[in-house]
Amino acid sequence: MWLEKLPEHKTELIDSKGVRADGRKLDQLRPIKLEVGILDKADGSAYIEQGKNKILVAVYGPREAHPKHIALPDRAVIRCRYHMAPFSVDERKNPAPSRREHELSKVIRESLEPVVLTDLYPRTVIDLFVEILQSDGGSRCAGITGASLALADAGIPMRELVAACAIGKIEGKLALDLSDSEDKYGEADLPVAYVPNANLVTLLQMDGELTIEEFNKGLEMAVEACKTIHTMQREALKKKFREIKESVIEKEETEVVA
Amino acid sequence: MSATPQLPPVAKLEQKTIVDMISRGKRIDDRGIENYRTITIEAGLIEKANGSAEVHLGKSRVLVGVKVQTGPPFPDTPDEGVLTVNAELVPLASPSFEAGPPSEEAIELARVVDRGIRESKAVDVKSLVLEKGKKVQVVYVDVYVLDHDGNLIDAAAMAALTALINAKVPKMEMKGDEVIVKSSHHPLPLNNYPVAVTFAKVNGTILVDPSLEEEQVMNARLTVTIDKNGRICAMQKGGQYGFTVEELKRAVGVAVQKAAENRTKILAVAKG
Repeated sequence: MWLEKLPEHKTELIDSKGVRADGRKLDQLRPIKLEVGILDKADGSAYIEQGKNKILVAVYGPREAHPKHIALPDRAVIRCRYHMAPFSVDERKNPAPSRREHELSKVIRESLEPVVLTDLYPRTVIDLFVEILQSDGGSRCAGITGASLALADAGIPMRELVAACAIGKIEGKLALDLSDSEDKYGEADLPVAYVPNANLVTLLQMDGELTIEEFNKGLEMAVEACKTIHTMQREALKKKFREIKESVIEKEETEVVA
Repeated sequence: MSATPQLPPVAKLEQKTIVDMISRGKRIDDRGIENYRTITIEAGLIEKANGSAEVHLGKSRVLVGVKVQTGPPFPDTPDEGVLTVNAELVPLASPSFEAGPPSEEAIELARVVDRGIRESKAVDVKSLVLEKGKKVQVVYVDVYVLDHDGNLIDAAAMAALTALINAKVPKMEMKGDEVIVKSSHHPLPLNNYPVAVTFAKVNGTILVDPSLEEEQVMNARLTVTIDKNGRICAMQKGGQYGFTVEELKRAVGVAVQKAAENRTKILAVAKG
């Protein structure tokens, strides 16, 4: 079992030197891996690893609305499904969507609505499928980071990429990008999605206990982390197109030689 | 799946009037930008419930019933009672509500109210254990929306807190495998009084306690739940747009003040 068991003695979330159980500093992100365009059938796709999170996102559309009555006359409808695989957590999760998944589907959709130019595709649907293959803390944030890459990969016009990251409080200290056990045994969790150029927070949730000062400080830390992730997102998109370009050049060169 | 909602059509002229007035610092019902509608709270209307309360927030009406029953604890918390919050958007409350499985709006409402109560540790769940790992008291908080004129979250959270304070629980004991219910009653043990404050952003203006008409033209929504110590215990952003960092910081400050005012009203009724 990969999940560290830390129940009775939660004092071990941070050691005396301010180092967290997984060796990170308080303001350090977990390692993030982003890949774009990895599914064959989807119009756009992305894969994200953040800590032990492993998440696949697919975008289909803009496509004809089914059922028709959900279509809107002046814009595209965005539909989002956040779903956890039964094997993604310690105890097998029933694959039927839980109330938590319903809520997360909603807040993920709402975090992306502001950046998608939906008015270009009236009467259509853009479907967004977020599948959590393995869940660690902060899966909704990683899902949003991946989802905006998948939308970009599908070629859907967007104002900007959305990046997301959670901040939390563990043992009285603000800590960036909580892992599973930090989320579970920590005192607060504050997931944030942010659109850097518009200075817009498009997802904000909180549970736990934070003073106003902690919230203000935490929000700023989360926004800074989102900016870092945003740079990584752009790099991941560029990488995909660089690879396409290189493969085309390679192909042309071999043709010339032949 | 969550899909972009079809908002009920608001006449263009009405929409324009609402937005124009708000940008001039006024509201169509003559309130200030940071003022609540009239709040009336009534506790203990349903005799068969352990606790109950009804909140009128302007023309919005929410009834909450609290039932305390017994059941097994969750396997990962054998020494804690169970708290569940459910919300029903019954069709009599609004032309946009339909009978059937809970909509995402209902799920979000229940979960935001739940988060405030749970994260502030309002209900002392440790005291609800009858036999560790086997039998605990289960507190059901059922939110019943009767008339929807906007800001259901704040109305539901106020009604839920009042109903919890109002709740009388019979003394229960384990005798072998059976639960013996005694005739003496005591109040539900509470440690905190969380109060939710909801904001709507309309055309760049942040207003408190949006009415239904204002919700229909708002760009984004924010709920901040404040506990009795002035700390934040839950937040939820909703709607198709976002808030700037500065707007959020300001809203949280306003929320602390508004929550304290509303908490005084709740405690006056519930304990009165």
